[in-house]
Amino acid sequence: MNDAASRSSPSRPRLRGPSFFRALRAMPGLLRVGFAGAVAYRAEFLIWVLAYTTPLIMLALWTAVAAEGAVGRFGEREFSSYFAATLIVRLGTGAWVIWDMNWEVRQGTLQRRLLWPIHALLTYLAENLAALPMRIVVAVPIAILTSLLLGNIWVRDPVQLAIIPVSFLGAFLLTFLPMAIIGTLSLWWESSVALYDLWLALYTVFSGYVVPLELFPPQLGAIVRWLPFRQMLAFPVENLTGLIGREQALHNLALQWSYITVFAVFAALMWRAGIKRFAAYGG
Amino acid sequence: MRRYLGLLRVQLKAALLLALQYRLEFFMEVFMALLWSGTALVPLYVLFSMRDGVRGWTAEEMLVVVGFFTMLKGVLASVIQPSLSQAVEHIRKGTLDFLLLKPADAQFLLSTSKLELAHLADVLAGVAIIAWALAHLPGRVSLFGFVLASLLLACALAILYAIWILVVSLAFRVVKIDNMNYLIVSLFEAARWPSSIFRGALALVFTFVIPLALLTTYPALALLGKADLSHLATAVGVALFLLAVSRVVWTRSIRAYAGASS
Repeated sequence: MNDAASRSSPSRPRLRGPSFFRALRAMPGLLRVGFAGAVAYRAEFLIWVLAYTTPLIMLALWTAVAAEGAVGRFGEREFSSYFAATLIVRLGTGAWVIWDMNWEVRQGTLQRRLLWPIHALLTYLAENLAALPMRIVVAVPIAILTSLLLGNIWVRDPVQLAIIPVSFLGAFLLTFLPMAIIGTLSLWWESSVALYDLWLALYTVFSGYVVPLELFPPQLGAIVRWLPFRQMLAFPVENLTGLIGREQALHNLALQWSYITVFAVFAALMWRAGIKRFAAYGG
Repeated sequence: MRRYLGLLRVQLKAALLLALQYRLEFFMEVFMALLWSGTALVPLYVLFSMRDGVRGWTAEEMLVVVGFFTMLKGVLASVIQPSLSQAVEHIRKGTLDFLLLKPADAQFLLSTSKLELAHLADVLAGVAIIAWALAHLPGRVSLFGFVLASLLLACALAILYAIWILVVSLAFRVVKIDNMNYLIVSLFEAARWPSSIFRGALALVFTFVIPLALLTTYPALALLGKADLSHLATAVGVALFLLAVSRVVWTRSIRAYAGASS
């Protein structure tokens, strides 16, 4: 691809061909830039990590309850491993794209991103994905500490072990995509972040973040099982700690990636409709 | 003193006008504040549908603690958090200089510079939760208990305020600190349970490093008639100590602050 034309005009984009391959080739570069960004703001990152206190607060409550007698099949050890896994999944699957999108739309700086020869949603994805190594650096010591304190609480089934990374990636995408959808909504409605607050409140209740879902009253539990929130947190946690068997894990995996497909298509369509409205105000 | 009351009135009026101007946003924020307080009740609902109590706390007694937590959270979100963001913004942009030039105490001006009235809904929700819980408890609240609880609540507010001033002082040194806002709220979340729930290492962090027991558990104990003057003495001592420390740290930070232009 190194022809004379591209050498003579450096401003001409180096990336050509169908957009998907273009994006694929740009990915390593985008990830590298994103990772450098994550390293540069490591102090900020550390504060974000320290702020994940909810699993510990819930762990305190539920182990205190279990100390007076097991709840269902949850004793003190099960609650401890459940909420430790919750913390690990939260750390490993976080995204923040909505804040960036909303800010860039309001400031008009989104126009810079639009000039890049790659779909803007993919550039956001790369930026959020690039912080993953940093997140793993924090999550691994927590996993080791958990193993030291509680013993081997992790799943042993080989199929389920293989599902772990896929379920984590899925949970990340299911965190990222709704954020991207609501962030795209900023193109129509400036305070769309408020809607995300609502989504987050529902997530807190229905994802298994504060209570293991199987402890919900049965009627409610039946609905909760089919909502996307479970696939964002509870499923990777239950798979990681072996609370669900192989069959259920595969079933959840299918459900998780079905949601991802639907959300991804929806995000792309919304972006296409919304970007036409973008007038770069203030830019 | 009268001048400061006048200033406070002006700030309140400005906040009220802002809320009236953006009515939809205001009601949305009220709704979300109440919804979040509601989500905090979910684990308790699940817990007490299976059990009568945990570590000597019945459902209603625990709700009193949650009520105080909701109240303080409302204060945090309506007064403390907005002015913290404001302060960080001032320091970063250099506009703090204008504030320091004004003929009033800078700490006062900064503390009241922004109020989010919508989150006062949480304060009311907290009061409602406490009232509901007390109505369903067998005993009555004695006058002594009520007065003690009020005083302990005042101490709790003073402690929160002092911690907040300490964080703002930190912003002079580490400018990029908006995340601290988030961190403080996350740590404060631990105050939603009675402090005896926390055991082992967690107890060490949440009751000694950060005096969370003083914030919500003590006032609740007072209303339940389980607190005495020794609780009050502890709370007053800690509150006065933290207030003094925060004032000293604040004045030193201000003195070291060289302005934005340098």
